[in-house]
Amino acid sequence: MGRYLLRRLLQLVPVFIGTTFLIYALVWAVPGDPFAGKCGERRCPDQYIAFMTEKYHLDQNVFVQYANYMKNLLQGDFGQTFSQREISDIILTSYPNTLKLALVALAIEAVIGLGAGVLTGLRRNGFLDNLVLVSTLFLIALPVFVVGFVLQWLLGVQWGIIKPTVSSEMRLSELIVPGFVLGSASVAYIARVARTSIAENRRADYVRTAIAKGLPMRRVVGVHLLRNSLIPVVTLLGTDLGALMGGAIVTEGIFGINGIGRQVFRAIVTKESATVVGIVVVLVLVYLVMNLLVDLLYAALDPRIRYE
Amino acid sequence: MSDILVSEQSAPGTGGSGRPSGRLLEVDDLRVEFRTRDGVAKVINGVTYHVDAGETLAVLGESGSGKSVTAQTIMGILDTPPGFVTGGQVRFHGKDMLRMSNEERRRIRGEGIAMIFQDALSALNPVFTVGFQIAEQFRVRRGMGRADAKKRAIEMLDQVKIPNAKSRFNNYPHQFSGGMRQRAMIAMSLALDPEVLIADEPTTALDVTVQAQIMDLLAELQRERQMGMILITHDLGVVADVADRIAVMYAGRIVEEADVYDLYAKPAHPYTMGLIDSIPRMDEKGQQLRTIKGLPPNLMNIPPGCPFNPRCPMAQPVCREKIPPLLQVGHARASACHFAEELVNRD
Repeated sequence: MGRYLLRRLLQLVPVFIGTTFLIYALVWAVPGDPFAGKCGERRCPDQYIAFMTEKYHLDQNVFVQYANYMKNLLQGDFGQTFSQREISDIILTSYPNTLKLALVALAIEAVIGLGAGVLTGLRRNGFLDNLVLVSTLFLIALPVFVVGFVLQWLLGVQWGIIKPTVSSEMRLSELIVPGFVLGSASVAYIARVARTSIAENRRADYVRTAIAKGLPMRRVVGVHLLRNSLIPVVTLLGTDLGALMGGAIVTEGIFGINGIGRQVFRAIVTKESATVVGIVVVLVLVYLVMNLLVDLLYAALDPRIRYE
Repeated sequence: MSDILVSEQSAPGTGGSGRPSGRLLEVDDLRVEFRTRDGVAKVINGVTYHVDAGETLAVLGESGSGKSVTAQTIMGILDTPPGFVTGGQVRFHGKDMLRMSNEERRRIRGEGIAMIFQDALSALNPVFTVGFQIAEQFRVRRGMGRADAKKRAIEMLDQVKIPNAKSRFNNYPHQFSGGMRQRAMIAMSLALDPEVLIADEPTTALDVTVQAQIMDLLAELQRERQMGMILITHDLGVVADVADRIAVMYAGRIVEEADVYDLYAKPAHPYTMGLIDSIPRMDEKGQQLRTIKGLPPNLMNIPPGCPFNPRCPMAQPVCREKIPPLLQVGHARASACHFAEELVNRD
C-alpha cells in the first residue's frame, strides 16, 4: 500500500507538469493584444507595456515563460494581475466559497441520490421506482441554468421561501438550493447507479447466504448488500467532487456566489491570463488529489483490488 | 421474506396429514411453481421427505429436478417472484414454517436449520473477511462482544480443520483456496449449532481430491453433533459413503426413497436403475458410458401420466395415463412406479 501510494504520487508529477504547461501555453496563445482595453479607452503607455512585458517575460518564448512561472509557483508565488492584485489573494477569498458549495452539493447528492437509489433498487417497478425514474430523467435532461433560474424564480421570487441570492456570509441554509441546483444532474445519475447496483446485488449469492444465516433484514441490506453496492456509487461521487471543486460558473453566477468558477470566468473575459493559469493550476492539483483519494477509497471498499 | 399462502392439498399415499409426527424436519406434499413471462413452470409437484436428528438424507437428482428449490423453500430463501409455494407444509419440530411470521422464521435460520451452498466463492461476501462473516453470527445472533466472537470464530475455523486459523481469520474469501472456502462456509453455517444442516451440492465446485476431504469433514461433523443432514447432490458416488437414506427426485417429485444399501442393491424405480447404470465402472474400461436416453421433461409442460414415461425402457400404456403415487414397497422403502413390486421382487 505504501509503495503504491508513493508510485501514484510520483505519477502525479508528469501529469501536473503536462496539464499546467498545456494550460499555460493555451492561455497565453489566445490571440489578441493582452493590453487591449487595460488602460480605458486609450492605448496603454509604452512605459507600462514595457514594464509588463518585462514582468511576465512576454518577449521570451513560451518554455522560458513557463519555467519562470513554475519557479515562482513552487515558492508559493502565483503572480499578480495586471492591476497588481495578488492572484493568491483572489484564490484564497473565493475558493472557500466554492468548497462550501461543493460540499453542500455533494451531501445532497449522497443523501438524496443514494436514498432514492436504495429504496427503488429494493422495490423495483413500484410507484416510487417509476416516480424516481421519471424525475431523474427530467433532471438529467434539464440544463443546470434552467434548473437554477426556475428554482431561483419560483422559490426566491414568487414564493419568497429563500433569498434569491446568497449573501457573502455563505450560510448553510442559503446554500441548500444552490447546492441542489449544482448537484441536480449528479443526483439523478447517482440515484440511477445506486438503483441498478442494489438491484443487481440483491439477488447475489452472498445476500442469500446472509439471509440464510438468519440475520435481520436491516442488517442484510444495511451491511451486506449496501457495502457491495456502494462501490460504483463512491467512484461516481468521488469523481464528481473533483468536478464540483472546479467551481460552478453557472450556479455561482445565478446565485451571486463569489466562487472560483466566477473568478475564472471573469479572468477569461478580461484576458487576465495570469489569473486564469493560477486558478486552473490549483484546480488541476485538487482534481488529481481527489482522483487519488477515490482510488484509495475504492481499495478500502473492495479488498479484491490489490495494489501491488 | 414473502407472504406465502398455503393451500390444503395432499397427494394420495404420501401422508399429507398435516399432523405433527415428532419428526425433526419434514417436507410434506410441497408444491412450488415458477411464474415467468413464458408460462408457469411446475418445479415442485408434491415433495415429501423428512430428516431426523443424527441421520443423513441424500436428495439425488439431475439439474432441474427441484432438489435445490425444495431446500430453498425450507430455508425461506426462494426468490419470490418468480417462485411461489402453492401447497404443502414444511414442518420443523412439527410446526409449519410456511405459516410462521417472518421474525419466527428468521430465528430458525442458522440456529435451527443452516445451509451451505455450492459455490462458496460467490456465497461468501467478497468485501468482508472470513472471520468477520463467522464472528457476525456470534455477535448478531448471540449478542457477544467483538473479542469473544472472534475467539469463537477461530474455534470454528479450527473445527473445520483450517490451518493457522488465527491468522486466517483476517483473510478475505478470495485469499482462500476452493476447499478452504468451503470449510469456512461450513464453519459459518455450524456456528450456531444448528439441528439440521442442508448441504446443497457442497462439493460440486471442487477438485475430486478435495471433494472427498470435504465430504469426510461433513460426515464427521454430522456424527459429532448428531445433526440431521440433508445432502443435495447429483453425484451417486458422493452419496454412498455418507448417507443413511436416499430420496431420488425427478421432475419435482420423489420417485424413490430407500436405505442406501437397498437402493444400490435393488433399485425400485427405472430412473434409479438408469442412474446407477450410468456410473462409470472400472471393469468396463474402454466402453462407452451408459446414459439415460432423452431429456428431463419441460417443467412448463410435463407429460401426462408418469413424468419419466417418455424415457423409461419399461413404459406401458398405463404409464402414459396415471401418475404413479409414491407407495411403500417392501420394508422401509417407497417407489413411485407402477411396477415397483415387480422391480423389487426380481432376482
